[in-house]
Amino acid sequence: MIAQALPRNWPKLAAIWAVLLLAPYWMPLIGGYTALGTNVLVFGLAAMALNFLLGFTGVLSFGHAAYFGLGAYGAGLILKYVYSSTLLALAAGVALGTVAGALLGALIVRRRGVYFAMCTIAFGQVFYYIAFQWSSFTGGDDGLRPFQRAPISLGPWTVDILSNQIAFYYFVLACFAVGVAAMAFLLRSPFGRTLLAIRENERRARFLGIPIERHIWLAFTVSCCFISLAGAMNGLVNNFANPRMLDYNQSGQIVIMAVLGGMRSFWGPLVGAAVFVTLQDYLSSQTQNWQSFLGMVFVLSVLFFPRGILGIRLSMASLKSGWAQLASLLGSPRKDAA
Amino acid sequence: MIYILNLANGLMIGAFYVLMALGLSLILNLSNVINFAHGGFLALGGYVAYTLSPFVGFWVALLLSPLIVAILGIVIERTMIRRLYGRDPLYSLLLTFGLAFILEDGARWWWGASGIPFTVPTFLSQPLSESFFFITRYRLFMVLMVVLVVGALFLFLRYTRVGVRIRAGTLDLDTVSSLGVNVRALRTFNFGLGIFLAAFSGVLASGQISLEPTMGAPLVMPSFVAIIVGGVGSLTGTLLGGLLIGVAAAITTVFWPSASEAVIYVMMAAVLLVRPRGLMGEEGMLS
Repeated sequence: MIAQALPRNWPKLAAIWAVLLLAPYWMPLIGGYTALGTNVLVFGLAAMALNFLLGFTGVLSFGHAAYFGLGAYGAGLILKYVYSSTLLALAAGVALGTVAGALLGALIVRRRGVYFAMCTIAFGQVFYYIAFQWSSFTGGDDGLRPFQRAPISLGPWTVDILSNQIAFYYFVLACFAVGVAAMAFLLRSPFGRTLLAIRENERRARFLGIPIERHIWLAFTVSCCFISLAGAMNGLVNNFANPRMLDYNQSGQIVIMAVLGGMRSFWGPLVGAAVFVTLQDYLSSQTQNWQSFLGMVFVLSVLFFPRGILGIRLSMASLKSGWAQLASLLGSPRKDAA
Repeated sequence: MIYILNLANGLMIGAFYVLMALGLSLILNLSNVINFAHGGFLALGGYVAYTLSPFVGFWVALLLSPLIVAILGIVIERTMIRRLYGRDPLYSLLLTFGLAFILEDGARWWWGASGIPFTVPTFLSQPLSESFFFITRYRLFMVLMVVLVVGALFLFLRYTRVGVRIRAGTLDLDTVSSLGVNVRALRTFNFGLGIFLAAFSGVLASGQISLEPTMGAPLVMPSFVAIIVGGVGSLTGTLLGGLLIGVAAAITTVFWPSASEAVIYVMMAAVLLVRPRGLMGEEGMLS
């Protein structure tokens, strides 16, 4: 039976992918543009990758922009100095970010809570300073340029992702799909379930004999791997990489996307990224004081929507079940307690 | 000679990091909050002193401005940050992160984006002597002020009832609370104290570098590193860490200037590798 092979929430998944696949066609109708959609995908993947650690392992990294930026620099350096191939650039970006994440993750994995967060922030800044100071190689404060993404050859066809915005959108969507599918697969695997166990109760998980540090280190590395994929794509989007992509302000923005969307939900960070990127795009074109508004987004979402946009929907559901319980208490006894 | 010069320079920068980091450390220890807005409060301290000094003079502004900013900090703690105690540290981190944006943009809106020079009394701005022309009196004055303030802080924490409670709360807040101490008020006071230190360092810094809305940002990171190197939970460790990274950065400037910013992170990595709890940190603190 086909129906059994489909995941339980297939209507939701179908809707999400339909919206994403048709984005270049419906976005202009409501005043958007394709490049905005591409940005949403890139930051959506970044926020989802961070959420692999934040929402599903329960570990707060506030320095993930470092690996995001390393992805962009890895891709850019290949395109500039080595060989003009988009796929090679992506691979290099992912490799650079993942290796750096694995090395630094091993140093800080024994720390927890605020201490862990502080270490990630501080280590994240190292790459900022390297990119900033090593100007002969990285372009320093002016950023890494010039480089450009190369067309992709698929056997007899060549896809021009450089000048054709829509083709590039679909290329980014394909990369996004690969990343998201891999993360979903990992979260369903025994490894992913173990991460959830660590998130829920680390002490109990330790008593069960789970090597906590190794799992958190792996989750950190996996998360760095996917965020560097997002970063490499971001490098390709702008044909540019600059040190500010690596610094803690960028990290904070990625964290707020995840929290804004709802970090207990797999797709929440994508929603958060869509809202945040659109808002930032709109505000920075409307007012000089967009930083204040951005700050307000942080403050208000923390104080009033700590569970994020998808969390609101979740609390509606809990409201309903609460109502049902109340109704069953007040009479109308139900036969079965299902 | 150049080493001694840079050592002195490093100690001066280090003293400055210490002042920032102690404020951060106080708040972190008692409230478990990483205050990202510390740099914003620092800049605000400088700006308020700049606005006040034509009316009340430099010396009064040096104390009055940190007090005003500390009161603002207390208001923010009572209205916003307090709601987040006991929740995942993620939320207070994001809140102060947003506040940093608002403070920075607020300063830009009120005082303008371009740098403003802050004039200090003339006898402070002169060089020390003919042979030590590179050390202005102001720099010595900064170090002296830091020593005074840090000394006063440590005496306060050691010999007053509130100070002892703050230190006890760092170790075990639940016990302190069950002994009948008003922990909410203690945390509010402690937050104000931390902000006072930030704003005070802001006034001192603005005599040395020009006032800019973003002047605090480059100083926050070294303060984080100072806390981690010194060991989370230990104020003495923070003091040591701040001086150490100041000196390390200054010595590195002699033979490899462009690495002077990165070297402190290398130090931090080394400390975490060899002694994960930091130089003077307690095992299991905040983890």
